[in-house]
Amino acid sequence: MVDFGGWDMPVQYSGIVDEHHAVRKAAGLFDVSHMGEIEIRGPEAELLMNYVSTNDASRLRDGQAQYSALLYDHGGFVDDILVHRVHADEFFLCVNASNQAKDFAWIREHNRFDAEVIFASERYAQLALQGPRALEILQTLTPVELNAIRYYWFTDGEVCGVPARIARTGYTGEDGFEVYVAPEQAERLWRELLAAGAPYGIKPAGLGARNTLRLEAKMALYGHEIDATITPWEAGLGWIVKLDKGDFVGRKALVKQQEAGVARQLAGFSMVGRGIGRDGYEVLCDGRLAGWVTSGSPSPTLNRNIGLCYLPVELATVGRALQILVRLQPVEAVTVTTPFYKRPK
Amino acid sequence: MSNYPDTYRYTKEHEWVSVEGDLGTVGITFHAQKELGDIVYVDLPKLGLQVEQGKALGSVESVKAVSDIYAPVSGEVAEVNDALTSAPEKLNEDPHGAAWLVKLKLANPSEVQKLLTAAEYQTYIGAES
Repeated sequence: MVDFGGWDMPVQYSGIVDEHHAVRKAAGLFDVSHMGEIEIRGPEAELLMNYVSTNDASRLRDGQAQYSALLYDHGGFVDDILVHRVHADEFFLCVNASNQAKDFAWIREHNRFDAEVIFASERYAQLALQGPRALEILQTLTPVELNAIRYYWFTDGEVCGVPARIARTGYTGEDGFEVYVAPEQAERLWRELLAAGAPYGIKPAGLGARNTLRLEAKMALYGHEIDATITPWEAGLGWIVKLDKGDFVGRKALVKQQEAGVARQLAGFSMVGRGIGRDGYEVLCDGRLAGWVTSGSPSPTLNRNIGLCYLPVELATVGRALQILVRLQPVEAVTVTTPFYKRPK
Repeated sequence: MSNYPDTYRYTKEHEWVSVEGDLGTVGITFHAQKELGDIVYVDLPKLGLQVEQGKALGSVESVKAVSDIYAPVSGEVAEVNDALTSAPEKLNEDPHGAAWLVKLKLANPSEVQKLLTAAEYQTYIGAES
């Protein structure tokens, strides 16, 4: 167990590689109760939502979710978030554990609307059931027709006879569900899901596998690919920015950066030499310092060492030879297309 | 379950040393490999290198992270377990046996006595976890 922002979190159960393969081939169950939840309610909930986030919440229908971001005025990330529209006047946000207090304060500070911002983390535990067999497993424990929930939609129903918010979302690059329940129900749900999933090959999975899975799928991790110094353009997350929706916090800075052009960009790399380019390692190009690694790890699916790094935009093209300083030794690497892994349709 | 041989001595940094004559065989503990998880690289020192107790001897890298290995005793690297370079996963399978790391020609055999016994080490990791 490791201390993770004040939470005791399991890094691994049966082993990162074993858990990783289970999620890609069958199913894995993650306890992600550390994630934060914030509710926005009121007649102008949507206006507030749209003012503090980059994506367009007005495009959502009841029961639909979207990936979005909270930005500072200068365009850097406060956090990346999942926005769920429960009703026109109620939004449910899933935010990063270590950012939840900051996010809550940030949204409240910008609330000049007829809306209420509610810190709800203590009312929700979250279990993520991920993998190609996730639907079949969860279906044995719920009357909700799971097939009817499309990707990035959710529904409020019951799992194991208790109220649950069931979202078809995830952080692994696989199909799956994120299930929000009252904390006192989490332990039983965990046990029931593992029991129901046993015939399907389910495994409990920890933070370690969550990281290798999300990296293969090129999903950003706050504090690595994104933070207060990085903008969505640089992080390759321009698709969650809707400049045409009206004003929002950070918009001016994003417009300005778009006009000036971005200087650096997130790029995927694959190690050629022996070694793993890990978070914070320096990246050289033609012998000159060019950038830094944001995440790097062996890829259990691809069986090679992969990673993400920031590079000057002119160097961030596929096939570029790089050297990554692995404990003072330059090791050959090459930029590659991302995501590293995409699930078969 | 793990078995910590009584004839070995242990460090709080999770290395072990087993002494025969003036040679000390060095490895990492079962607990260490378990904490590290799937090991993917092992970097070992060159033959003839003089190492000092407590100084870096090499490193092991798992999917999760890189960790330094510290010399449990001072000495000269007399033998290196090269088989680990191509089969680092052996460190997860047999850390107290076939997956030893190096053999050191002891510079100061009295250092060994100050290391933890198997019982002391198990108490230590019990308290740690």
